Amino acid sequence: MPLLRIERVVKRFGTFRAVDGVSLDIHAGEFFALLGPSGCGKTTLLRMLAGFEGPDEGRILLNGKDIANVLPHERPVNMMFQNYALFPHLSVRDNIAFGLKRAGMARSEIDARVAEMVALVKLEGLEKRKPDNLSGGQKQRVALARSLARRPQMLLLDEPLAALDKKLRESTQFELMELQRRLGLTFVIVTHDQEEAMTVAGRIGVMDSGRLDQVASPRELYEAPHSRWIAEFVGDVNLFDGEIEAREHHRLTIATRDAGMLVVAEPRQGVRKTTVSVAIRPEKVKLSRLGPAPDAIASQPINRLEGIITDVSYLGALTTYKVRLDSGAILRSSMANTARIDIDAYNLSQRVVAWFTPDDCLVLEQ
Amino acid sequence: MSGRRIFARPARLGAIAPYLWMLLFFLVPFGFVLKISLSQTAIAQPPYLPVFDLTQGAAAFKTALTALSLDNFRLLVSDNLYVFSYLRSLVVAVVATAILLVIGYPIAYGIARLPPRWQPIAMMLVIVPFWTSFLIRIYAWINILQHDGLLNQMLLSLHLVSVPVVWLSSDSAMYLGIVYSYLPFMILPLFATLAKMEPALEEAASDLGAPPLKVFWLITFPLSLPGVAAGVLLCFIPIVGEFVIPDLLAGSNSLMIGQTLWLEFFTNKDWPVASAAAIVLLLLLVAPLVVYDRLQRAQLEGAR
Amino acid sequence: MNGPRGLSPFNVASLALGLAFLYLPIVILMIYSFNASRLVTVWGGWSLRWYQEFFQDRAMIEAGWMSLRVGATSATIATLLGTLAAVALSRGEGFKGRTLFSGMLYAPLVMPEVITGLSLLLLFVAVNAERGFWTVTIAHTTLTMCFVAVVVQSRLTSLDRSLEEAAMDLGCSPARAFLAVTLPLIAPAIAAGWMLAFTLSLDDLVIASFTTGPGSATLPIRIYSEVRLGVKPEINAICTLVIALISMVIVVASLATKLSGAQRETAAPL
Repeated sequence: MPLLRIERVVKRFGTFRAVDGVSLDIHAGEFFALLGPSGCGKTTLLRMLAGFEGPDEGRILLNGKDIANVLPHERPVNMMFQNYALFPHLSVRDNIAFGLKRAGMARSEIDARVAEMVALVKLEGLEKRKPDNLSGGQKQRVALARSLARRPQMLLLDEPLAALDKKLRESTQFELMELQRRLGLTFVIVTHDQEEAMTVAGRIGVMDSGRLDQVASPRELYEAPHSRWIAEFVGDVNLFDGEIEAREHHRLTIATRDAGMLVVAEPRQGVRKTTVSVAIRPEKVKLSRLGPAPDAIASQPINRLEGIITDVSYLGALTTYKVRLDSGAILRSSMANTARIDIDAYNLSQRVVAWFTPDDCLVLEQ
Repeated sequence: MSGRRIFARPARLGAIAPYLWMLLFFLVPFGFVLKISLSQTAIAQPPYLPVFDLTQGAAAFKTALTALSLDNFRLLVSDNLYVFSYLRSLVVAVVATAILLVIGYPIAYGIARLPPRWQPIAMMLVIVPFWTSFLIRIYAWINILQHDGLLNQMLLSLHLVSVPVVWLSSDSAMYLGIVYSYLPFMILPLFATLAKMEPALEEAASDLGAPPLKVFWLITFPLSLPGVAAGVLLCFIPIVGEFVIPDLLAGSNSLMIGQTLWLEFFTNKDWPVASAAAIVLLLLLVAPLVVYDRLQRAQLEGAR
Repeated sequence: MNGPRGLSPFNVASLALGLAFLYLPIVILMIYSFNASRLVTVWGGWSLRWYQEFFQDRAMIEAGWMSLRVGATSATIATLLGTLAAVALSRGEGFKGRTLFSGMLYAPLVMPEVITGLSLLLLFVAVNAERGFWTVTIAHTTLTMCFVAVVVQSRLTSLDRSLEEAAMDLGCSPARAFLAVTLPLIAPAIAAGWMLAFTLSLDDLVIASFTTGPGSATLPIRIYSEVRLGVKPEINAICTLVIALISMVIVVASLATKLSGAQRETAAPL
């Protein structure tokens, strides 16, 4: 039995369906991410788990029990708020002890638990400070300690890292994962940042317009997205629309408007429609002056496109290129900068061959 | 958001006590004003004929209905004294509000341009006189404006005038008093909108080639219009009903409606006419009140 | 005008003139309260003569005492009711009669005082209430409640509502969350509301004139009847005392809010 079961939950605000028939199981010990653009309903769903919103339809079961009518303060679930919601009139210690006092814990027990939490998030020496005298990273730790202090069965995190700068965010992501593994708790995080979701979570649920589009591991989500929308939302992608011309030996030949005939691997579940999109991630597109190496051609058919480099962006680890194909369409390619001095770098206006294998491509029904 | 419902239920209970209080001490008294404005004047204590007597049952209600009279309102419309004092109230309020806007805007603008650290202090300085008594502030001006007061002494010693000027009991003294008393009410909302304005907007306008005065007229002023409207209404409405300032500073040959009402009530003991005057005054203020309420609501929504 | 954020000479001049206009009359009044001479034309040297005269003026002292009592009582009731109203309006979402409620609550804010005073008097006469301390107190509570509500409501609106949610999430019932988190954070606004109500009550002439009875005049009523007869140096002394009292209340209150925590304002953007 899953720790949490969400069954066909609907939440309306007026006529607007913020959450529109979502079903989802979350298991004990999981780090689950709800990913989606702002306004997709992910925060509303999270607030329903915390008890701040009630579902209009459907059920939410925690340990098999319907918690729809359980008030927030009676749920064994705690939440870390987006802007931390630290109580400005209370010290760090009192913020962390706040939930423990409500639980009627003995003083000595509270002191011990607070000390444990302070050590857990490395806030030693700051117990007497007020939240306003803390840095952003410290506030984030207090909020985390406060929500963990009651040892909730499930911790909900609403964009917990959005207020931190990039460097701090990355290190905190790893600390969160480490903490979750060590405590063996169930974490549900809401984020609009796909990199963050892919870094921390074991499974990701992608939401759009109130619906849960796909629930998958980070790798599956990136390499086998269910829809064009997800492919574009998670990472960069080149998309070419076309019609299926032929299918043989698990290979499809697709006539595209912008990239001519493309040979792609047939997805395992098959394709029902004939009008499809071909998706290729930029890092799967290789560039060369002369074309693919002979040994690559020997093993399988190769998709080969020619064009002119119109844009070069050097990003450090990667360089991304935009290639204008002869059809006028733009193909993006990114290449790892594996050598410090790259004599093979391409220049603007240079004519190149872009190539990729059928397995690099993904067929998406529209 | 509907999730706030959990908190909303107990919060709503808070409304009960103030609700009852305002029903009892605000709405019900208006019923009395309305009722008495429709009854006849009498030389008695209280000085009006009861509109109906509950002890006589339904029959009394019927006689009461026939006894209801619009005489007091007819009197208000036909007697020039009342018509003039209504008109005077409106004129005084319009002129005073215009002066307030002209004086208050530069001050509010000046404060909004102070370094952020100084803004609250400057606003405090503007508000503090408002905390000291209204009557005291008017009295302070009487001190200065009286026949042998400081102003006349100063003018005499500078040889700007040869005989003391009569300042008190004049319209100019009254306008001075009104402007002085209501200035914070004008500055406050103006400052609020001016301070909230993105400084980059003015910078962008001058970057795009607008000279300072153009920047003000094309960007700053239009964007501050909500504040202007709030300030104008906040001053205009109470000035129409003003009593103390015209009573102490203006001459007695033309009265504002607040004074007329006071006179009818305290001196002539004509409660029904005073009540009718109050009703008409209120009707005059309905339009600006509705506009004011809309603005307030819009601002509250915006703050959310 | 130099840079758009800088102060132009025009800005400086309007600020200086504006503040001089606001303060000069009051300062002059305060100085003249120490004038030994009865005539304003003559500066007769520093003296506390008019203060002595005030302290021997029984009627004036009684009126002052009455005003203080009415002010403190009505401000306390108004603060209680106004805070409840602000909580209901800012946290109660929609409820039946909400429009009527906020309309009634905020109407005295802009209602001409002559009307409020007249209508309350008619009520008191109709129910045959003895006019005096309690009728003025009730009238002033009705007048000042909306000011308290405005101050407290604006604080509640700027307060991050996830603070209350966090408290509930951590095991507080809604009522507990209000007491443990909301109330301490709006306490400075409640105190400011009380002060505002107190000074407004101390200040009011019109409504008190309507609702008070014989023998229980408030300070403004007494001052008003004296002022109508002309300038009297004793009034300068009384006014100076009132100003001193109010300034003291303001200073104490702002010190108290400073001490109670600088977090008050910075809590809003959180």
